[in-house]
Amino acid sequence: MDTRVELGGLILKNPVMSASGTFGYGLEFSLYGDLQELGAIVVKGLSLKPRAGNPVPRIVETPCGMLNAIGLQNIGAERFLRDKLPLLPWDRTPVVVNLYAQSVQEFGQLAGLLGREPGVAALEVNISCPNVRHGGFQFGQDPAAAAAVTREVKKNSGSRPVIVKLSPNVTDVRTIAKAVQDAGADMLSLINTLGGMAVDVHSRKPRLAGITGGLSGPAIKPVALKMVYQVCRVVDIPVIGLGGICTVDDVLEFILVGAHAVQVGTANFMRPDLIFDLIRDLPEAMSRTGIVSLDEIRGALETSSDRMDPLEKMQNIR
Amino acid sequence: MLGMAWAGSRDFVHLYLEPPGWEASPGQFVMLRPSAWGFDPLWPRPFSICEKTPEYLRLFIQVVGRGTSLLRSAAPDSEIVLWGPLGKGFRIPVQHPLLILAGGMGIAPFVGMCKTHPHPERINLLFGHRLGLEHYPLDELPGKIRKESMHQSTPEDLVDFSGVLQERIRDFAPRGEILACGPMPFLRVGQRHVLESNARAQLSVETRMACGVGACLGCVIKTRNGEMLQTCVHGPVFDARELVLQ
Repeated sequence: MDTRVELGGLILKNPVMSASGTFGYGLEFSLYGDLQELGAIVVKGLSLKPRAGNPVPRIVETPCGMLNAIGLQNIGAERFLRDKLPLLPWDRTPVVVNLYAQSVQEFGQLAGLLGREPGVAALEVNISCPNVRHGGFQFGQDPAAAAAVTREVKKNSGSRPVIVKLSPNVTDVRTIAKAVQDAGADMLSLINTLGGMAVDVHSRKPRLAGITGGLSGPAIKPVALKMVYQVCRVVDIPVIGLGGICTVDDVLEFILVGAHAVQVGTANFMRPDLIFDLIRDLPEAMSRTGIVSLDEIRGALETSSDRMDPLEKMQNIR
Repeated sequence: MLGMAWAGSRDFVHLYLEPPGWEASPGQFVMLRPSAWGFDPLWPRPFSICEKTPEYLRLFIQVVGRGTSLLRSAAPDSEIVLWGPLGKGFRIPVQHPLLILAGGMGIAPFVGMCKTHPHPERINLLFGHRLGLEHYPLDELPGKIRKESMHQSTPEDLVDFSGVLQERIRDFAPRGEILACGPMPFLRVGQRHVLESNARAQLSVETRMACGVGACLGCVIKTRNGEMLQTCVHGPVFDARELVLQ
């Protein structure tokens, strides 16, 4: 059983990465599993300067999901490189850093700082956070701005591959995806959270201090799957699928619609060992569904009316 | 799950679980997620450890929302995924007198500790409660503990309670360590009196939490130097001087 995937020059042991903002700096989960087993470790979004984030309440549970408005609280890129990265198994498992900045120029600076670190395997550019007033979102909703950020990060990232993380809160995600690809992105990841809100009828107040936030969790998986499917059909670069992935079947579904790899996000909050269980269960799920390698099923979604059982089809070919 | 018992009403539940292999300090907590929950409710639920013996791990839970309501109706032999012990608990200087300030469910983390403390005669407990005393496990605490409980059912009672709180903290301040756990308004008043009296105190706070392991950044609390610290890993017990309680 071969779970390996090649992703924009990186070789991953398996297609399961953590999703930024749901896995801390990785170390928080080392008590619950071996970080080396992950396909890649994607850490919390980093900015040039430390950020305190938004006031509380920042999170609220919703049916099969949650809203968050954390506001990118983080210790800053320099402290991450000094205090956290050396403790991660970066020589065994690719560590991907997620970047957040408020201007194109600042994105370039951050890419320059992080891209020359030997322990950093790739950069993921967050142009899609709905919870900060400046940056993030506005870059992710405008094809020209998204392309400008991508170019600037590429220019400064040295030889590191650049992943651009897309927002679902757009009219047509394919437009942004193509613009970012043309600007030189090596990979795409999608989707970030969907804008949402929750209201408490008793207090007549929003349930988040920031009023609105981002929806994540299994509730958004169908939306994510559709967007990944659409984007995979119009770009040539690898796509990393995320949005509500909780089970091995979810992983295989995203690969079937064309994703090279996946990220597990909110599910890490359900159980801190969930991602490790998922990786452990993947080979068995592959053999159960008759999959020998992930390359074989990538984008192999059967959309014709001919819904033949895969085994039956193999026999027909013979 | 080993079993469940109610106290006073169906809304106060003692949950008995198979004892885990670890040891915990008072004030630490566990995360609970019944396997039957599937994707909904999504988050596990945090509960402080009420008591741990060789026979069981016991949690004292008030039913206040969807998660606790579902826990109450969990089947007796159902599987509950549990992890812990989490967070930083109380430092208990056993040689020094203790003043425990507990508000309502804030009694939970002190039950096991009081029952196993080598010098219960050195423990003073002030317990504030809004509902009848029959809901809370006060009787099972050792008789040598000096217990005082105050019922608050009107706004005037709250003012009286705040006064007694102030008095007890002021009188006790030079003698030993204060440990407090309860709802935020209770802790806020307690903290004010603690700081005025220059007392040594540890506060256990309750916040909304998703992951319990420091990753989601939902449970943060503000410190005096402006940091936002995760309650789950830096707390839930903090030095009273450290926090800005809002």
